[in-house]
Amino acid sequence: MRVFLLVKRRSSPGGLEPEFARYEVEVEPHERVLDALVRVSRRDDPTLAFRRSCGHGVCGSDAMVINGRERLACKTLIRDVADKDGDVVILEPLRNLPVRKDLVVDQEKFFIAYRSVKPYLVAPEAEAGKERPQTSRERAAFENATNCILCGACYSACLVLRAGKAFLGPSAVAQAFRFNEDSRDRGFEERLQALDKPDGIWPCESKAECTKACPRGLQIARQINETKRRITRHKTLREKS
Amino acid sequence: MGQMEVRTYDAVIVGAGGAGLYAALRASGRVRTAVLSKVHPLRSHTGAAQGGIGAALGNVEEDRPEWHAFDTVKGGDYLVDQGAALTLAEDAVRAAIELENWGLPFNRTPDGRIDQRRFGGHTRDFGQAPVRRSCYAGDRTGHMILQTLYQQCLKNGVAFFNEFQVVDVLLEGARCHGVVALEIATGSLHVFRAKAVLFASGGFGRMFRVTSNAFANTGDGPAVLARRGVPLEDMEFFQFHPTGLRGLGILITEGVRGEGGVLRNRMNERFMEKYSPRLLDLAPRDIVARAIVTEMREGRGVKGDGSADDYVWLDARGIGKETLEAKLPEIAGFCRTYLGVDPAAEPIPVLPTAHYAMGGVPTDEDGRVRANAADGFYEGLYAAGECACVSVHGANRLGTNSLVDLVVFGRRAGDHLASFAEGAELPEPHGEPGREAEAWLESITAGRQGPHPGDLRDDMERTMTEKVGIFRTGGEMAAALEKLKELRAACHAVGLENRGRAFNYELLDLLELGNLLDLAMVTAASALNRQESRGAHAREDYPERDDAHWLKHTLAWLDGDQVILDARPVDLTRWAPAPRTY
Repeated sequence: MRVFLLVKRRSSPGGLEPEFARYEVEVEPHERVLDALVRVSRRDDPTLAFRRSCGHGVCGSDAMVINGRERLACKTLIRDVADKDGDVVILEPLRNLPVRKDLVVDQEKFFIAYRSVKPYLVAPEAEAGKERPQTSRERAAFENATNCILCGACYSACLVLRAGKAFLGPSAVAQAFRFNEDSRDRGFEERLQALDKPDGIWPCESKAECTKACPRGLQIARQINETKRRITRHKTLREKS
Repeated sequence: MGQMEVRTYDAVIVGAGGAGLYAALRASGRVRTAVLSKVHPLRSHTGAAQGGIGAALGNVEEDRPEWHAFDTVKGGDYLVDQGAALTLAEDAVRAAIELENWGLPFNRTPDGRIDQRRFGGHTRDFGQAPVRRSCYAGDRTGHMILQTLYQQCLKNGVAFFNEFQVVDVLLEGARCHGVVALEIATGSLHVFRAKAVLFASGGFGRMFRVTSNAFANTGDGPAVLARRGVPLEDMEFFQFHPTGLRGLGILITEGVRGEGGVLRNRMNERFMEKYSPRLLDLAPRDIVARAIVTEMREGRGVKGDGSADDYVWLDARGIGKETLEAKLPEIAGFCRTYLGVDPAAEPIPVLPTAHYAMGGVPTDEDGRVRANAADGFYEGLYAAGECACVSVHGANRLGTNSLVDLVVFGRRAGDHLASFAEGAELPEPHGEPGREAEAWLESITAGRQGPHPGDLRDDMERTMTEKVGIFRTGGEMAAALEKLKELRAACHAVGLENRGRAFNYELLDLLELGNLLDLAMVTAASALNRQESRGAHAREDYPERDDAHWLKHTLAWLDGDQVILDARPVDLTRWAPAPRTY
């Protein structure tokens, strides 16, 4: 079928106001939106900029706003967003991050937040050559959060960030949760430095747009709420002692 | 063009997948290290690996590294260097535990240890029966390895240059002293001078039409090196994974068969009984891929018309919904997302997909790059991971051994590179490094007219798939080689339409196409040269393995539009070659 891609374009961060370019492209309903973009860029407009790599939803390169929703272009089929000839698919860059060119955003802010929560196992040295045992139940406590591919969809969908408030962002908290809840980890107190401050975890208003936007099925809002509760519990205990 | 930015490090690592990150972790604590990656490290293709990492932990049943090494040798149809296979298998045990210690969330046994499952070609007692050797984290083991290594790199303050595309290597004779890279964001060239350079740039499955590989897997490292006179080893051996999602080539892990899935033809027959009576659906990949193509050729594909898009069934229904969701959730998701198929209720339509390069830049066990068929090496030049050829995969890689390769040889190369850099001086370059790359870049962005690069890419993919694919003949490969020469010449005449500098993906596409064409030509020439069938190289005009003449590694040099061939002996010190039956 023939669909129109309406792509929001901008040539540089400080450049002209963005404008939409319209491309007509022949696609099959079962093809990916990414396939359509690749076809346009290779055939019609080689100046069009967008990131891509794995092509099947595991690398996180091609998160963008498709018909108003954060999605991965490689995990969204044409038939998910268009029914018939002449339908229009609107593609915009992720929100809440500066645009570098067309659909390419600068993710540095997002990764600074990620790094600030110490997203790695903090634990005493293991006994040489020995596993740290963990039960399947202990693993299940954080397993969902290990699905994160740092694509930035949740960061883009976050209403707190859209309102211009200073906030770590959903994904960074989910990554903190991933380690805080790991039975092998001892880094919770270290992570508080990034989480427990006015522009840390607390601005979250639990609107759960992050969970809705996540292409990997992370229950981010739940993970943020549980982290808030854990911090409160921890501080109460600390004050008592 | 103005001043090129020049940076100086002790060590530069090109590529930030499993091997590059592991090497960076080892080297960065000892010498000033920079890691260049064409994509953000977390986008690297290691993250797409699914089924597991093989290690003879023996957590669920008896296992030994020696058995793992033997399986690797036999799986590779005896073209594996046997000492290296032992290193791989022995060090795999340490590596799996180290990854666990760094936080990798492996699935667990009831008593809390790393769980293990079956995988193709992995056996106990030198081939007696399948063994549970693959350590796994659901069906996204690669994702967890990539994340864990990147997390450790953050913890250790590794310096990354993301979205830097390597375009040239600085070599003075046999001494490597840096690379030239294009910064994708700005379009400017940067020179990275270094005492030592490691290439860990990944594979090149994008030369084929249907592939499990990422857009980024275009063999940039090996191609850049080959253009500077570095040989490539065993390029004729390219693995087709038996089970790619029909039409898309998206990988469906062998773990599906490890958990009990079976392949079926249109008559619902479990056809692997005919091809591998002992290991059945868990035979090595080359054997299963050929079995699928044979079934289709003989009219037993699901369509039954022998067309290019015929397919067979992968029946995962017997696994049960619960196990599928617990151990193979990604696969279930891919089937639903892309085909609308629920694998718990319906069989999955699959077709072989171009997956893994056994060949690559020849190295020893420490990642040092070989310069010739004797024991000559480059100085300060290393390679590891899929872009390298140690060789531990020989003519056919076993499932899970790619992840083992990354962590074992990435680590070893990182150690050796650091030791070398600690004791070396930074070479003074003759002339101005990077000027050749600059001149070339200017020439293609100066608005020359030429053929459409999209057509060249389509032609290359079709030529490689049809003529240098699962089954091969001399006539077809010779035709492919001629076609690839034409395509290379045409590619050299291409001019860009997009003259912009920032995020110029047309330029990137063209660079990648040039790299793929160079490697495709070396692949076709190496394949045409080898007059036997071994592992993944299956010739209909030479259907038998011929140890008397061909039990040797191919070395190939790119020289203009010619490929110069030589050979290197195989390390056979442990096991004598035997017929490969399963």
